[in-house]
Parts: sequence; C-alpha cells; structure tokens
Amino acid sequence: MDQLIFLIILVGVGYTAGTIAEKRHYKSIEKRENKFLKLSVVTLKDAFDKESPILRTRLVQGSAVISIDYFKRILAGLRNIVGGEVKSYETLVDRARREATLRMKEMAWDADIILNLRIETSAIGNSANRKKTIGSIEAIAYGTAITYKK
Amino acid sequence: MILTNIESVPGKNIVEHYGVVSGSTVRAKHLGRDFMASLKNIVGGELKGYTELLQDSRAQAVERMTEQAKQFGANAVVNIRFATSSVAQGASELYVYGTAVRVE
Repeated sequence: MDQLIFLIILVGVGYTAGTIAEKRHYKSIEKRENKFLKLSVVTLKDAFDKESPILRTRLVQGSAVISIDYFKRILAGLRNIVGGEVKSYETLVDRARREATLRMKEMAWDADIILNLRIETSAIGNSANRKKTIGSIEAIAYGTAITYKK
Repeated sequence: MILTNIESVPGKNIVEHYGVVSGSTVRAKHLGRDFMASLKNIVGGELKGYTELLQDSRAQAVERMTEQAKQFGANAVVNIRFATSSVAQGASELYVYGTAVRVE
C-alpha cells in the first residue's frame, strides 16, 4: 500500500512538473529559433557562395541531454502492451534535437551559412545499457560554419 | 588549426594528406551528480550536469585529435565525425576522428 501511494505521488509530481517544464521549454525553443531564422543550415557540402571571399571556416557544435519525466515513462511502458505511436518519447527526442541545433547556431552567431549538418542521438545515463528503460538521451548537432568577408 | 566536417576547406586548396587522426576520452560522472540526475529523472527536463560533462569531454577529445594532427605537421583537419558510445554502466566514450591535411 505504501509503495502504491509513493508511486502515485511520483507520477503526480512527474505529470505536473513535466508538463509545465515541457511547455516552457517549447516556448523558449520557438523564441530562439525565430531569432536565428536568417542563418541557413543545410546538409549539403558545397552550398556556399564560391564567388565571395571567405573570412573564416570552423567547426561548430551543440549538445543537450534531456530526460523524460516519471509519468511519461509509465505511460510509455503501458504503450508497450498495445503498441503504436509513443507520443511522449517523440517530444523528448524532438526537444533534445532542436535544443542541440539551437546551441550550435548560437555558437555560430556570426556565420553566414552552416554546411553539412549532422545530428546524432545516443542514450546515456544509468539506463543506457538496459534496453527497456530509456531515461535520458543526448542529441549532438555539428556542422561547418562559414563566414564571408564583408 | 582549421576544423571542418566537409571534405575540403572552402577557399583553400589541400596540398598534402597525412591520414586519419583521432581522439577519444572515456568519462564517468561522480556520485553527487548522478544523485541529482536521478532526482531530475522524476520531473524530466534538461540534465545540465550531464550536458556540461559531455561538452567538456568532447572538447578534450577534439584537443587530443588536434594535438595528433599538429605532430604530423598538419594545419587543418577535414571530414570530422563524432561518435558516442556507452562502454559501461554510467560511463560513456566520446570519440572524434578526421583526416589531417595541409591547406594553402
């Protein structure tokens, strides 16, 4: 009985805090994404302007580790029984990737274009070696930033 | 040292190849950080301690790679790739590799 109450408390805290944190995170992601609308990021390797002289070429990268809340973890566990789309994990990886890409752009604030964007994801933390419970994931985004001579 | 993850350095010509250079580091987090992270696991959100730790270790791996490239006499590393793997419970390996070249 005690354990059940403890579990319900964990789920409750996870649900309220997790939902608020996620909404706030999405709001900040959207705000910062709008700020960097002019900086184009491509997965091509030769999309830069070959006519204009280049001031600087450098590697830029950004990463973020995002963890899922307790409520969603249980929800995903239930989802495993019937199968289908697991929405709660979709937002987790989406947030991690967008945050990583944003940090990369922040590192390349003076660049004109970022070439050959690569995004990688890996499960880290205690649960990394246990397949069943994915707790937190790391997303890393990297690319080559090019700045033209003005 | 110029680093890129494309095959060339835009605006410059590659005059010499020195082969593959790489750097890696295996890091584990300390107990206090791990405890904080497990608390954060309940409410979800970003684990800042882990992000910092991985960023630091990745910077160290890149440092080791450029050090190796310098020894060859290279002034740029092209086509860089990052890889992450968890080697043991609570420890992860960060690996970075690329091709050392001289550009003019």
